[in-house]
Amino acid sequence: MEDKKIRVIVAKPGLDGHDRGAKVVARALRDAGMEVIYTGLRQTPEQIVATAIQEDADAIGLSILSGAHEHYFREVIRLLKERGADDIIVFGGGVIPDDDVPILKEMGVKAVFGPGTPTSEIIEWLQSAVQERRSRERV
Amino acid sequence: MFKEEELKKISETRLKYEEEVKKVTQKYPERKGTFSTCGGISVERLYTPENIKDLDYLEDLNFPGEYPYTRGVQPTMYRGRFWTMRQYAGYASAEESNERYKYLLQQGQTGLSVAFDLPTQIGYDSDHPMAQGEVGKVGVAIDSLEDMETLFDGIPLDKVSTSMTINAPASILLAMYIAVGEKQNVPIDKLSGTIQNDILKEYIARGTYIFPPKPSMRLITDIFEFCSKHVPKWNTISISGYHIREAGSTAVQEVAFTLADGIAYVEAAVKKGLDPNVFGRRLSFFFNSHNDFLEEIAKFRAARRLWAKIMKERFGVTHPDAQKLRFHTQTAGSTLTAQQPENNIIRVTIQALAAVLGGTQSLHTNSFDEALALPSEDSVRIALRTQQIIAYESGVTNTIDPLAGSYYLEWLTDEIERRAQEYISKIDEMGGMLVAIERGYVQQQIQDSAYAYQRAIEKGEQIVVGVNKFQIEEEGKSRKILRVDPSVAEKQIARLKALKERRDNVKVGDVLEEIRKAARDESQNLMPKILEAVKAYATLGEICNVLREEFGEYKESIIL
Repeated sequence: MEDKKIRVIVAKPGLDGHDRGAKVVARALRDAGMEVIYTGLRQTPEQIVATAIQEDADAIGLSILSGAHEHYFREVIRLLKERGADDIIVFGGGVIPDDDVPILKEMGVKAVFGPGTPTSEIIEWLQSAVQERRSRERV
Repeated sequence: MFKEEELKKISETRLKYEEEVKKVTQKYPERKGTFSTCGGISVERLYTPENIKDLDYLEDLNFPGEYPYTRGVQPTMYRGRFWTMRQYAGYASAEESNERYKYLLQQGQTGLSVAFDLPTQIGYDSDHPMAQGEVGKVGVAIDSLEDMETLFDGIPLDKVSTSMTINAPASILLAMYIAVGEKQNVPIDKLSGTIQNDILKEYIARGTYIFPPKPSMRLITDIFEFCSKHVPKWNTISISGYHIREAGSTAVQEVAFTLADGIAYVEAAVKKGLDPNVFGRRLSFFFNSHNDFLEEIAKFRAARRLWAKIMKERFGVTHPDAQKLRFHTQTAGSTLTAQQPENNIIRVTIQALAAVLGGTQSLHTNSFDEALALPSEDSVRIALRTQQIIAYESGVTNTIDPLAGSYYLEWLTDEIERRAQEYISKIDEMGGMLVAIERGYVQQQIQDSAYAYQRAIEKGEQIVVGVNKFQIEEEGKSRKILRVDPSVAEKQIARLKALKERRDNVKVGDVLEEIRKAARDESQNLMPKILEAVKAYATLGEICNVLREEFGEYKESIIL
């Protein structure tokens, strides 16, 4: 089953309306052959986690530019754990100060992509992260 | 502008020049096969009188302050007074924002611009579950008149003009501002400022909508009507291309979609029976100033000329002030890089200069650290100094519209106007901007441009200095950045709770009921009811909840 397409949720949590980055990334992931579910704006962590489980997603990408990243990443990861779905890869991007990246990683966020990141970098990273996750599952 | 004979001579001489070019390029090819503006308009090697041979000075440019206002909306422009230097600011609590405003005024800023946090912009009080994690983050949290009183404490509202970036709940924040003015004994007709109040671009690009389009348009036209009568110096709307551009549009799309939004508002107000010669004078605009220096200058001039024509020819407006496109500009946030952030100071300078050469009425210059976090006090000061250096040192303010007559600039001004007009005609054919938005046409156009721009960067066709060229190692640099104290939310919620215990809750119930009744009756203007409600300390969330119950909520159509 090596060829099963990567399924990824791209989500905009909370009230932030800056969706250019999320949409560009979603489109780039789709063009790279992944199945992308873009949630649209104003998603609660509950909605995002429910969508991810329902869609059998490999990964969730959160885009936050409002400064509320700590809150939303924490909530999404907490809910994934609560539902026993914390094998889903969580990554994200937006306006996130460098100093906050270690805090997010500590929580379990696998990667944070700041402004100016080429989409190719995100694609490559996600492909290998999902591959690793799947090979772990098979063991 | 040029004599037939002269043009002929120029044409002939051009052929010689082109032969010369051919020789040179055979030996030394040009850097690229084709050149184009940031927005994708093809650019020739050289522009000459031939490119603008049909330009009619009086008809197409005319004098500053004269139709079609291509050269500026005032007869003296910056020789009379500089543009208003207006930095968008606000964070955390009303007290902290109040301090930042006083600091900015002390530093020579000439107008205020209030940033509200997202819960305020979307009509939630700070204690609402959806507000969690967002209180005080991207702006100041305002729940009731009490917060607004603190926000403007010690700032005389008859001495400053205040711009408020507020859209869906614009009437509520305007009402609060009027109420604060009353408490300071400033008569309502002496208040001056702007509310953004532009819901269409929220659906298209910015995302802080609450209600569906129809009742939203009613709230907007209610404000037009109320302010025409009572707050004559208030700009009732700031029709915004800024966010459309930030979402990834081209310069042409920015002009086209912004003016198409403007057309929709004028049509709605006319339908309500309002006179465009009156409310038209208080319409204002808000544009982006992006990287392509000359394209941006041409864009501002083209927008001014096109809007004047729309108001005159389409709506039969005769009052000159209602034909004039007055605008605020902000430099392009999306061009700021997190890499080598100091480079952003130079980007902002070029963009700000374009806005000034394009004849802006007010300007916000971005801080260089905004791709990293909320701007710090130091970076905000540099941003303001950038404007002051342009104003006082660069010399560009000595004469009006100094680039007029440039073959390239005039050609490009025409070209942008022509292409924007094509979009507007297409939107007209669809049935107007509301339909175009509903169908996702506008959003799709913008997204396609955004994606194309990103592809161009990744292919190296578009260079971003410090990002895909001239990179350096910058690991582990800890910067001094502004952080919002996490206790802000708790304090704000406690203050809200105390207010709700202290105020006359029976009265609050009554005024909210009045709003409900007015919401159901389209012949009533909602503004006076909202003003009564804020004076009784009904909260923003309470008022919006009543309107949500009556109007429903907008659901985004997801386009990818």
